[in-house]
Amino acid sequence: MTASPSPRRPTVALFVTCLVDAMRPTIGFAAVKLLEDAGCEVVVPPGQTCCGQPAFNSGDTADAAALAKQVIAEFEPYDFLVAPSGSCAGQIAKHYPELFAEGDPWRARAESLAAKSHELVSFLVEQMGVSSTGARFDGAVTYHDSCSGLRELGVQAQPRKLLAAIEGLTLTEMKDPDVCCGFGGTFAVKYSDLSGAIVEKKVGTIEETGAATVLAGDLGCLMNMAGRLTRNGSKVEVRHVAEVLAGMADGPAIGRGEGE
Amino acid sequence: MKVTTPAFKEKATEAMRDPILQKALGNVERGFVAKRKKGAASLPEFEELRDAARDLKIHVLKHLDLYLEAYERKVIASGGKVHWAESAEDARRIVTDICKRLGAKTVTKGKSMITEEIALNDHLEAEGIRPVETDLGEYIIQLRGEHPSHIIAPAVHLTKEQVASDFRRVHDHLAPDRDLTEPTTLLSEARTVLRREFQVADVGITGANFLIAETGTSVIVTNEGNGDLTQTLPKAHVVLASIEKIVPTLEDVDTLMRVLARSATGQEMSVYTTFSTGPRRSDDPDGPGEYHVVLLDNGRSSMLGTEFEDMLRCIRCGACMNHCPVYQQIGGHAYGWVYPGPMGSVLTPTLVGIEKTGHLPNASTLCGRCESVCPMRIPLPRMMRAWRAREWEKALNPGTQRFGLKLWAFLAKRPALYRLAARAGRWGLGWLAGGRGRIARLPLGGGWTRHRDMPAPQGATFMDRWAAGERPSRPTPSQTEAQS
Amino acid sequence: MTGRDTILSKIRRANASRQDDSGRRATVAERLAAHPTGIVPGRAKLEGEERVALFTEKAESVFASVVRVASDAEVPKAVADYLRSKNLPQAVRRGEDPRLAALPFDSEPQLTVAVGPSDGTDLVGLSHALAGIAETGTVALASGRDNPTTLNFLPEHHLVVVRCDEMVGDYESVWARVRSIWGEGRMPRALNMITGPSRSGDIEQTMLLGAHGPRSLHLIVVG
Repeated sequence: MTASPSPRRPTVALFVTCLVDAMRPTIGFAAVKLLEDAGCEVVVPPGQTCCGQPAFNSGDTADAAALAKQVIAEFEPYDFLVAPSGSCAGQIAKHYPELFAEGDPWRARAESLAAKSHELVSFLVEQMGVSSTGARFDGAVTYHDSCSGLRELGVQAQPRKLLAAIEGLTLTEMKDPDVCCGFGGTFAVKYSDLSGAIVEKKVGTIEETGAATVLAGDLGCLMNMAGRLTRNGSKVEVRHVAEVLAGMADGPAIGRGEGE
Repeated sequence: MKVTTPAFKEKATEAMRDPILQKALGNVERGFVAKRKKGAASLPEFEELRDAARDLKIHVLKHLDLYLEAYERKVIASGGKVHWAESAEDARRIVTDICKRLGAKTVTKGKSMITEEIALNDHLEAEGIRPVETDLGEYIIQLRGEHPSHIIAPAVHLTKEQVASDFRRVHDHLAPDRDLTEPTTLLSEARTVLRREFQVADVGITGANFLIAETGTSVIVTNEGNGDLTQTLPKAHVVLASIEKIVPTLEDVDTLMRVLARSATGQEMSVYTTFSTGPRRSDDPDGPGEYHVVLLDNGRSSMLGTEFEDMLRCIRCGACMNHCPVYQQIGGHAYGWVYPGPMGSVLTPTLVGIEKTGHLPNASTLCGRCESVCPMRIPLPRMMRAWRAREWEKALNPGTQRFGLKLWAFLAKRPALYRLAARAGRWGLGWLAGGRGRIARLPLGGGWTRHRDMPAPQGATFMDRWAAGERPSRPTPSQTEAQS
Repeated sequence: MTGRDTILSKIRRANASRQDDSGRRATVAERLAAHPTGIVPGRAKLEGEERVALFTEKAESVFASVVRVASDAEVPKAVADYLRSKNLPQAVRRGEDPRLAALPFDSEPQLTVAVGPSDGTDLVGLSHALAGIAETGTVALASGRDNPTTLNFLPEHHLVVVRCDEMVGDYESVWARVRSIWGEGRMPRALNMITGPSRSGDIEQTMLLGAHGPRSLHLIVVG
């Protein structure tokens, strides 16, 4: 499925995601830059908060549906919804329709938004035909496949394709990049010891690559891995893949202070 | 079997601190995962077969009553007997009645998770009948008085040293200098001991991987050959199977056989796939004199028509647990009942109730790796979420969790208020970080900072900066390719 | 109500809403009568020598040994050779299969051939396969006086004669043969599909041959 050739630039509504909004705005600005460079008109609908995934995954389907309605109403006027997160995009593209019964008018609206909702990097490659972002990054990186993006949306080859086009960057694959980092939203807090053991295994495989930087497409996973790496005293830096693709990886990495 | 799931967290932590268990679990990850990958790659039609296998079971479940009736007619026609057990208790009674009628003293058993589900061994022992597990893994577990920690590799949590010491303890005929350091010597010791048991057993009990409606046949799939000796040598063969094991025809078994072993052990085909139809016939020189099938419901029929129906497609290959990052950390026992891993996290609450097993659907990152390898394409994460929804409805989650989530949802539904809260939140975290880029100890967030730092927010929120007119700086010209 | 009625009526209630009962009955009757073939792997469609080669490759990959002989006349020597190569006594036990009975065992005067089911004391069993299945290097054996099931499992070594003209590509072809011999909807008491010698991986995932069944499986392909 590709966007039909159109004389006008497609209007992309950026779903910032609650984590990017609060914790790491750079990812949002990187997403805007990548989308604009790809020829999109970017808008940031002001009424957005969260996709509702925490409620959905906690079994609170009523609040999940209420938040879905809020996102649907806010984003349905645009050509596309794009999020710099596979898990938020997956929530909207794969789970919104199941929140509403067959026959409920919201079901049709959810399906129509779902059909035009995308994760950022796969959107750039598949919908906008981007094959290179023209950025430069010096050093070896390794890439972790975040679970929702990978398994719900098939995000796997697209980021690797764009990273391969970055001048100065070499990608060294870790063992089992497709295995969960142990974040799992509230799981990380509710089953702290288990989550801690899983992320410890993950950062072990990251360290083994010798890469100076680990990238992924979801801030939740990134904060989890970054938090464990800094706790272990590791030198490995953690960034969202969009920061590197947009050439905006010059500030402190996730969990690092100025000049660290 | 007692449900110990309420102590899940404690048992999980214990498991993660047990170096011997951790060593054994390393074998699961290295062994099963790589083998399944190789098995799947061995057949270009594998993915297509998974679709066919899924569709086949969907069809069966929609017509389950009729296939069961057809199956029953065929079993009777071939001289066998069918017993229907609504509950575990019914099944136990049926089996012990058969054993008692035949004056059975020793019963050999092929590997069967259903017999674990109904706690058959305890019951037989209480009736003075000696059950002997004959699958090597199950035999080891029985010697130890434990329960299986994996549905196809029951002793996967043990090391060879542990097995050797159990053999020394129980097999009192062993000379002290007999070398038991290698798995091969352990295997031959078990073979010798169990040969004698096969010869003296009065009744042989097996499970079934499939029951075929077309012919009234039960099918077992094994590698050791113990199931065949169990069912061929005694006076009676008792098949214990749950109702969803039915498939329509022999051809349908082919479809499932082609995905089962590849998903389970990576083999293209297990060593022994045995199709059994009725008792010994007039021209048969061997085989059991009686053939009984006990069809167990035990709550399964009430899963039909619910969001948990898809779970009844499960063919018990174990791929979901082999690939589960949680199972790989803790093994099977922490789950607290018969079925561990993702399939257990969905099935156990339906069989013993969500009230006692609430941890199971929650102790998952919903990473979806289980679904991605399930030969029957069972949407395990979706069903774990469905259990979470039931728990939410019944208010079974801890109050603090509910309160926190409700508060968050209240704000998220009010964008203006949410902006304020986000601002406050990032200020608070920023203050705690004190310019260090991260927080080592979060008040109220100990679950997070126990094992990892909390990265600090960068500064003002994206929405505030965007509203203030900030836009990305763009040093590089656009280098995109035009859309064709 | 009996357990049977309770279980069936619970299932029926859940399924009632999906399709009317007569429609469901017709669907089931049709599927059981037609037993449609599912997806057959491409490799199972090989024929002739390619099929035999696949059978051999697959059987050897699961640690069965395979020897090819041109005719029945050579089978006794193949049996004797195998026993010699394993330092086994020249003795086997077989069932009453007329094809095995017709073999010229006289050509191997040292070889003793006992007939009948095994009581567990035999070292070597000799069976005749109903079919060889190239797809996975599997042999199918049917129970009965001709090839008693105990011979498949109790001896330490299992020798199986497989005829090239009874070699099939897929499992489906075995069912066609079963139906032609035993009739539609009928089966021998036991049909064993055997793929390599007995094994276990239950101790530390180390694969070991010779668990409870034969330690070795030797396939004699004729033709």
